[in-house]
Amino acid sequence: MIFNPKHILGIKELSAAELTFILDTAESFKEINNRDIKKVPTLRGKTIINLFFEASTRTRTSFEIAGKRLSADTVNISASSSSVVKGETLEDTAKNIEAMHPDIIVMRHSASGACHYLSERLSCSVVNAGDGMHEHPSQALLDAFTIRQHKGRIDGLTVAIVGDITHSRVVRSNIYCLSKLGATVRIAGPGTMLPPGLESLGCEVFNNLADAIRDADCVMMLRIQRERQGAPLIPSVREYARYFGLNDNNLKLAKDDAIVMHPGPINRGVEMSSAVVDGPRNVILDQVENGVAVRMALLYLVAGGEKLQQD
Amino acid sequence: MKVLVKSGRVIDPANAIDEKLDILIVDGKIAELAPNIGAGEADVISAAGMLVTPGLIDMHVHLRDPGLEYKEDIITGTRAAAAGGVTSLACMPNTSPVNDNLAVTRYIISKAGEQGSANVFPIGCISKGMKGEILAEMGELKEGGCVGFSDDGLPVKDGEMMRRALEYAGTFGAPIISHAEDLSLVAGGAMNEGPVSTELGLKGIPNVAEDAMTARDIMLAELTGTHLHVAHVSTRGSVELVRQAKTRGVHVTCEATPHHFTLTDDAVRGYNTNAKMNPPLRSQDDVDAVCAGLADGTIDAIATDHAPHHIDEKNVEFAIAMNGIVGLETLLPLTLKLVGNKVLSLQQAIALISCQPARILGIDRGTLSVGAVADITLINPNKEWLVEAEKLQSKSKNSPFIGQTMRGCAMKTLLAGKEVYSR
Repeated sequence: MIFNPKHILGIKELSAAELTFILDTAESFKEINNRDIKKVPTLRGKTIINLFFEASTRTRTSFEIAGKRLSADTVNISASSSSVVKGETLEDTAKNIEAMHPDIIVMRHSASGACHYLSERLSCSVVNAGDGMHEHPSQALLDAFTIRQHKGRIDGLTVAIVGDITHSRVVRSNIYCLSKLGATVRIAGPGTMLPPGLESLGCEVFNNLADAIRDADCVMMLRIQRERQGAPLIPSVREYARYFGLNDNNLKLAKDDAIVMHPGPINRGVEMSSAVVDGPRNVILDQVENGVAVRMALLYLVAGGEKLQQD
Repeated sequence: MKVLVKSGRVIDPANAIDEKLDILIVDGKIAELAPNIGAGEADVISAAGMLVTPGLIDMHVHLRDPGLEYKEDIITGTRAAAAGGVTSLACMPNTSPVNDNLAVTRYIISKAGEQGSANVFPIGCISKGMKGEILAEMGELKEGGCVGFSDDGLPVKDGEMMRRALEYAGTFGAPIISHAEDLSLVAGGAMNEGPVSTELGLKGIPNVAEDAMTARDIMLAELTGTHLHVAHVSTRGSVELVRQAKTRGVHVTCEATPHHFTLTDDAVRGYNTNAKMNPPLRSQDDVDAVCAGLADGTIDAIATDHAPHHIDEKNVEFAIAMNGIVGLETLLPLTLKLVGNKVLSLQQAIALISCQPARILGIDRGTLSVGAVADITLINPNKEWLVEAEKLQSKSKNSPFIGQTMRGCAMKTLLAGKEVYSR
């Protein structure tokens, strides 16, 4: 199979075969990260710009390391140091960057559809590093990669995702990714955090944590994003933790070998008790580690993939 | 000065006319309707194969003049009207400055009279500065030519303010046009709330944001007895509320836009900012309800909510794009499509864009009665044409219909017997 997408804007547009191909490609990059000399010349001469309009530590660093380990020149631009504060439009900012001939722009933006918008206006590749409440494809891929690593498969598994579903781009990408790869996806959260028509994305919806995680192979907890909440969605963090927080007690409902995941950053004591965070079931740091391999695969495939190696 | 419109199929819903007739115009007024009128010294316009209707009326237009002329002005806006077969329009007061005083009303009327290609009937503000706090001087504005009052674009949030506005407008026999929207329920939403907003990750606006305010305003109309006109109804709930209120005898009318009976929120996919408007495009169920409301007479008028915006205001991320689309030049084909789809009879369709809005606003237009001003539109209902941005007369090109083929258009538009548009 040859798969060299021009852009990676979301998981929705990708097929199961394409998703599997990305994961397999990431598998071959994972080994590089454990070498003494963690660098291959694959993307030498390519320029990758990480254009981040929202604060991010994990994702931006992960993309930057991924690019550097492939020998690309990576440049980080963050909103605070950009011309956005001077009133420049997104299109003008992007066109100015494009004039410097980058090969790939990796963008995070607070507006849903911003990467889609950019891809229609630029000739370089665009990789979505999270757009508003829409998609976060590299996160879903690294989650799938981590599940596959621990369970050996995705097809036939039951994955529960709990938290603020409405505001989560991670959950949308994960529903598409996991359901396309054959998993049953269960979603739970308080009514104020469940958007209408969620089932149509390909999941089952519950309003309590117990039903969602019962006999699950994997429990994924989402960060309660206090910074996004303009409206009163929960009465208190205390009550949220009581009904939707994962702890040693309710985790027993899941399968004995269930793994626990979180896209980070974690609010200890809110969506997960510290005991769970520090417990043996969590694979959160594997997720972070795998993020680099998955992003190397994405950059590699977008930059030309197979064709690149033949040159 | 005599003009003879010859051999057209005359549709005049106010007089229940649908037959092949000639129309003789003398000094800008309709002098005679009859089969085979002799031409004499009159200029003859052949209308063979065409529909001849009263000049169309669009009771909800944003001309953006004064102050926002980079989007549209009275000259280009009325030119777009003429091209769409519209001879009379009501323009909303959210200009800059807003139309809450006689000086602005007079400016609009005089500029339209001197340089316009259509009759312009201003809508005055309900409240000074459209702030929802102090009533505008409706008496003087009405005397100066305003035909109704609205803070369109913004709801009147305060219940007592809306009550007093209705009572006060009733004093002068003017309707209050409600932009029915509970902003606390809109809560920053950018599109219709439903599966599509969930998928696109855009904040949704629930139907109840419109329904709740429509219900309040209908009850206030019932209390005060003043004529309430609900602008751009877009939900099944609003249509049903108006239907029930009419049954109870409340003096309420309402309008629907072509985009709300033609498109669903599916059009937003791809983050198309030309599918962003307020109220937002709704679900198929709502579209069906609006069509049913048009068919059974619950909805009294089709109005475009023509809302020109500069390309820079649309060529941005969806969440920050301006609301609204231009509509004057696609009003007619989208309305005729309802006839093709057997939702409306031809008489009904023309009534919704002529005599019915005229009745709501109390203006002496929208009919072809003898003695009436000769505002007339000649329509080829079968002509297919492509909507092209550069061919639109409007200064702005923000239409979701660009690139689509329309069926039906105005071939000639006569304003008081004078040709203001010819295709």
